[in-house]
Amino acid sequence: MGPARVDPSVAWNAARGQYDSTRLVAELKARYDQPVIGATAHDLFIPVMTFVFGAAEMGGRAAVFSIHRLRDEFYGLPANEAVLEMRAYRELCHEAGHLRGLPHCPDWSCIMSSAHSVERVDSKEDRYCGECLEKLQAVK
Amino acid sequence: MAEEKLSILIVDDEQVVRDSLVHWFTEEGYDVDASDSATDALSKLAGREFDLVIADIRMPGMDGIELLEKIRTEQLDTSVILMTGYASVETAVRALKHGAFDYITKPFDPDDLSVVVRNALEQHRLKRENRMLRQQICDEHALTDLIGQSEAMRHVREQIETVAAVDSTVLIEGESGTGKELVARAVHRLSPRRYNPMVVVHCGALTETLIESELFGHEKGAFTGAQYRKKGKFEAATGGTIFLDEIADISLKTQTDLLRVLQEREIVRVGGTQPINVDFRVIAATNRNLAELVKEGRFRSDLYYRLNVFTIHLPPLRDRHGDVPLLATYFLEKYSTQMNRKFTGFDRSALDLLIAHHWPGNVRELENIVERAVVVGHEPLVRSHDLAMTRPAEGAEDLTIDTLERRHIVRVLEDFAWNQTQAAKALGIDRVTLYHKIRRYGLKPPAKAARA
Repeated sequence: MGPARVDPSVAWNAARGQYDSTRLVAELKARYDQPVIGATAHDLFIPVMTFVFGAAEMGGRAAVFSIHRLRDEFYGLPANEAVLEMRAYRELCHEAGHLRGLPHCPDWSCIMSSAHSVERVDSKEDRYCGECLEKLQAVK
Repeated sequence: MAEEKLSILIVDDEQVVRDSLVHWFTEEGYDVDASDSATDALSKLAGREFDLVIADIRMPGMDGIELLEKIRTEQLDTSVILMTGYASVETAVRALKHGAFDYITKPFDPDDLSVVVRNALEQHRLKRENRMLRQQICDEHALTDLIGQSEAMRHVREQIETVAAVDSTVLIEGESGTGKELVARAVHRLSPRRYNPMVVVHCGALTETLIESELFGHEKGAFTGAQYRKKGKFEAATGGTIFLDEIADISLKTQTDLLRVLQEREIVRVGGTQPINVDFRVIAATNRNLAELVKEGRFRSDLYYRLNVFTIHLPPLRDRHGDVPLLATYFLEKYSTQMNRKFTGFDRSALDLLIAHHWPGNVRELENIVERAVVVGHEPLVRSHDLAMTRPAEGAEDLTIDTLERRHIVRVLEDFAWNQTQAAKALGIDRVTLYHKIRRYGLKPPAKAARA
């Protein structure tokens, strides 16, 4: 399967200068009939939130995440590729979990824990906790 | 054990807001539902419980603040967070004044929203837990309040335990001061309805018009002074128990209304048209002989049979003299602790006096006498002269407070040739109260009585 591509301009919101993640998910879903997770460098939002790191259809087949706010540069720090890669990997696994129907996990170290700041993303570990793993296996 | 999901109701007229919040909170692992208007939210809230309501302030029709007010006046068990697109200190203050847990401005910072919601739910959980623990403590003490080793009291406790579990109506008979309300509370606390309220109505204290709106509630404008809609006691008791104290004191008209509610299990508020379903258990109490009143035509027989399903008869204290020392000691400990005094017991003469007394005012009289003794007595022992009891006059054994009151009222009325205004003045009570007492004791002026 080749890399997934959709034109993000349909999700552009000029008033907010951000991309609507819900629209992007819908776009990906319309374009691909296989499960798909989009990655973007654009800043994402949903109407009631100032921003989101990512969005997924719970138990569905399309999700998207953004590295915009995962980059240290966003916070005025020097670029750090290794850190960005670690955060992006965690976001990817997190959205994949949602596609599998996993809700947020109360265990802070679990990759499925809810994180709305890079500090929280950083404090996770690169793994699903035991309970989430069990749920994942139950879906299979 | 799997933890139950916490539930959130989103109320916003904008679909996009509802959709994103529902999605957001579903991901967070909450049980989420949404309403597009405050009215819809209220009907959802009537159908089930939500731990948290997140409502927009600005909505067409009923706005968020009004919704919040309704939730508070209907005493719905939920926390409320209000949200708005237009931040202003004024609206924030209004929201919080009306009892919102918090107030947030759209669009939310995801982290802020999570924290606010977590705090609201945590507070809600603590409140519930607190209530439950209190209830448990109450349950443990449900029967210990009913003190006495006499056969009669043992039987009463057994009856309470038997009837508590089933949902049938209970009639408690007993003289004034025997502890009828304590029995009612014990039945409620041991019943499956214990997590819901027990609402007490002192029927004797209410005039006919008042009792109607008190029991059934009223709509706004139902009568002069009805500025707001008010829930009646039956509605307030939904899911729980309604305790109708002094049931013999209600008028025939109210008896008819009451009978209808007991049969139909629905009420109509005064000035209203819509019947409202109510789910309650009735416990009624009286210090009079209802069967006698039925014979005299002053109490509806059909209502009597409805109430008289399971009767608990509370013995007067004079019939269980053996319990007097036990009760006296219990009250002595209770008031010593309350007033920080160090009484250890009663001396022989005090105890003899207590046992010999006729107790027309029953346990309540005993409690008052012991309370006074704790105030005036000298530690460590209560002596006979600390007990403010007048020895009963010869042949006055059947003088209960009620009989005394009745006699006194008759005497005063006769003194004033049945002029109720003057008699009330002399008695130091208002005319309406006197009127009710006259009806309660079935007093009639001599001429009328002769005609009858």
